[in-house]
Amino acid sequence: MKLSKSYFADERTDDFVEIGQPRPRSDIRGHVTGRTAYFADRTFPGLLHLKMVRSPHHHARIRGIDTSEAEKHPGVARIITAKDVPQNLYTILILIQVGPEDEHVLAEDKVRWKGEAVVAVLAETARAAEEAAAKVKVDYEVLPAVLSIEEALKPDAPIVNEHHGRNYYLYDSGECRKVRFGDAEKGFAQADHILEESYSSGPIEHAPLETSGCIVTPEANGRFTCYTNTQAMFFTLDNASIILQMPGHKLHMVGGTVGGGFGGKVDVTVEPVAILAAKLTGRPVSFIYSREEEMQVSSPRAAEKIVIKDGVMKDGRIVARQVMAYIDAGAYSRHSPYGAQKSAAHFPGPYTIPNVAIDSYCVYTNRTPSSAMRGFGVTIGDFALEVQTDKLARLIGMDPLEFRFINAYRDGDMKAHRQPTEGAALIECMQEASVIAGWPVDERFMKMSSQTREG
Amino acid sequence: MAKVPVQFTLNGSERAEFVESGSTLLAALRDKMGDTSPKGGCLQGTCGACTVMVDGELRLSCLTLAETCNDAQIRTTAGLANGEVLHPLQRAFEDAFAAQCGFCTPGMIMAAAALLERNPNPDRADVVEAISGNVCRCTGYEPIIQAVLLAARANSTSAA
Amino acid sequence: MGMSLQTFSTASEAQAALGASGVRYMGGGTLVVRAVNEGDLSFSTIVRTTDPALSAIETSDAGVRVGASVTMGMVLAHPGLSYLAPAARAVGGPAVRNMATVGGNLFAPAPYGDFTVALLALDAKVSVSGSGEMALEAFLQERDSLGASALVTSVTFAAPATDSFRFLKVSRVHPKGAAVLTIAADIREEAGSVVQARIALGCMADRAIRTHAAEAALVGRPRTKEGIAPALTAALEGIDPPTDAIASAWYRREVLPVHLGRLLLG
Repeated sequence: MKLSKSYFADERTDDFVEIGQPRPRSDIRGHVTGRTAYFADRTFPGLLHLKMVRSPHHHARIRGIDTSEAEKHPGVARIITAKDVPQNLYTILILIQVGPEDEHVLAEDKVRWKGEAVVAVLAETARAAEEAAAKVKVDYEVLPAVLSIEEALKPDAPIVNEHHGRNYYLYDSGECRKVRFGDAEKGFAQADHILEESYSSGPIEHAPLETSGCIVTPEANGRFTCYTNTQAMFFTLDNASIILQMPGHKLHMVGGTVGGGFGGKVDVTVEPVAILAAKLTGRPVSFIYSREEEMQVSSPRAAEKIVIKDGVMKDGRIVARQVMAYIDAGAYSRHSPYGAQKSAAHFPGPYTIPNVAIDSYCVYTNRTPSSAMRGFGVTIGDFALEVQTDKLARLIGMDPLEFRFINAYRDGDMKAHRQPTEGAALIECMQEASVIAGWPVDERFMKMSSQTREG
Repeated sequence: MAKVPVQFTLNGSERAEFVESGSTLLAALRDKMGDTSPKGGCLQGTCGACTVMVDGELRLSCLTLAETCNDAQIRTTAGLANGEVLHPLQRAFEDAFAAQCGFCTPGMIMAAAALLERNPNPDRADVVEAISGNVCRCTGYEPIIQAVLLAARANSTSAA
Repeated sequence: MGMSLQTFSTASEAQAALGASGVRYMGGGTLVVRAVNEGDLSFSTIVRTTDPALSAIETSDAGVRVGASVTMGMVLAHPGLSYLAPAARAVGGPAVRNMATVGGNLFAPAPYGDFTVALLALDAKVSVSGSGEMALEAFLQERDSLGASALVTSVTFAAPATDSFRFLKVSRVHPKGAAVLTIAADIREEAGSVVQARIALGCMADRAIRTHAAEAALVGRPRTKEGIAPALTAALEGIDPPTDAIASAWYRREVLPVHLGRLLLG
């Protein structure tokens, strides 16, 4: 690794002690000796295994649930359904006033995606739980399903989630998150060329090596210890507290060691029902996703559709940008209203464009709820933006790197969402990249600086 | 649930336990014998996090039934270090930043150990092949490949 | 119910135990224990044998016999089976190869079963305890209706002529990943044209298949770009590739002629 110190040299004293020096990870010794304790590296006497009965349908009404045969199965300790959950309706971001509650811990009247949790079976062994789960009978009336953004936004589309009443999230600003800066229409009218392109992506699963899960033990003092691999300890604590109608001090969450997360372990999907199971049985409970559940049930990165329209001048300046973005939340909000909002703020990209109009929609479909994944709301947008940038450069016959120098944001520029640019280093990064990659650019770009608008 | 006895040598120690018939070596090691260094990542033979050595051969403990290991010599990453003195592979994984979340590391190290025991001077292609059954989602593999090569060099230096 | 394992010292005893209901025979465990781990409730007893005869490899002028319990690792280590090494190495990583057996591979559903594709191109025969010896191609078609007590004990085949045997596995993940498709071919040539061809395909149906149409289209023609062109078209006849997480049926169909062409010309 090379630390390039020539840039911004006057902004700091050159006395780095830690930066640029390799330091061992604090947890590395445990990793290489196999002694790091992940949540599942614990055994407890009398441990019960939780197996979830899940919806086989994308969208269906539940006419009835019959657990009588399953309850009689040898080794079964307890069956849990929606009526056992104290506050069954929740949404994670209600903690920061992003509602409405739109999801059931265990399905009540309907299932809205293939894989939705319906009935939890607790048994002495994982095998007995599997066998009993196969005996749970759920009577479904299959409903028409909405499986794409396009279908969801058709005027006569079936409603995916009645708690929203429409197939997109209603922000305080209306049917989408909007950014308006300058006058995009006027910008397009001035432009030498206009390029409109559409980009789309499918859901992406994080596929961590350690699947989602937790082990819960009821303690003698009335508290519950929950060993979990959540990436969102306090979201989990507070949502579990709401769902279980249990004060937070009763819940002792133990975590921080995660066998790969990448954003895939920020939803609150295993802990509340496992704690409830420990409460109802008085025994330790293990709820660990199978690999199939991790791939099919845990939330992926959202599918997205992004339409970008740009107005560009022959000299390389982008003078107007309009973006229509659609983020597929799946059947429930989870973190997607936030992801869609983030995308709206991000869409101009690291470029200064005087006229911008952005609409970002958070759309509901009968697909697996999507949620966080490394830069969600931004990453797919960056793919679209940078492909678009290359196309724009090609359109006017300009080198794609030089095109980026012309449009790069610099300190003092106002971003479209009204945040002034500070501490930009895009110009300098591109200068360094130009040298390292052997991709020379005109001398005037090598003299540019992020700190001034000159050049 | 019929219980059956299993008896084998685990990292040099004689161990015997009753396990449920048809249960895996992974479950026996983790739940009965307290060695949680092998991890259950997929339980279908795809990820390699459960990799151990049985009689000197690399095996997936999640697909090996415990009863088939009677009288065997089982080795896991938990038994590699000599007290506080790390195995050269463990040292190299530390020095080369070859672990992030660490979940694949014990299986990865066993796969690498099997390689070095058979071939003390592997080239890069040998290392890539040796760890081809072990998935890592964090590192992108390059630091792991470098760590195994580093351990091989350290071994040959100390032997010389 | 629970699960139980029964171990027998001879194949015939194991075979006798297979007649009961809810019983599954286990070779190396990579298919059967995986099914248990994934919640397959269709069986509750696992039967296996430690019969040394099933772990034997015999090579002679008369032909080759490979026991059903022989692992991919044992095939790789055998100096007389070097032509099968690429196929054995195509199966999983080192740990899987120390477990996965030749017999088990005959039952592996697509996209698995790479070794069986190689055996099919070698025109192997399968010894089934209780049913005698049958051609592998017939065995693959009939294996699901053979009866609960059928037990594969070995496969036999003639070693291919020097340099006549070709094997290709295409996967998205390198160096190891489940197959987009697998092709094995045994091509004999005389005086610049093909005199005999056996071509087997993996991932072009739910199990390995021979492409007799492509074989027939190749015989009598030179192994050149023009010469193989009819065979590449014929290979698409009768295939029904699966759609799975690795590739769609459409994609597999599109790339089959490309990879078959490369294998034949390479």
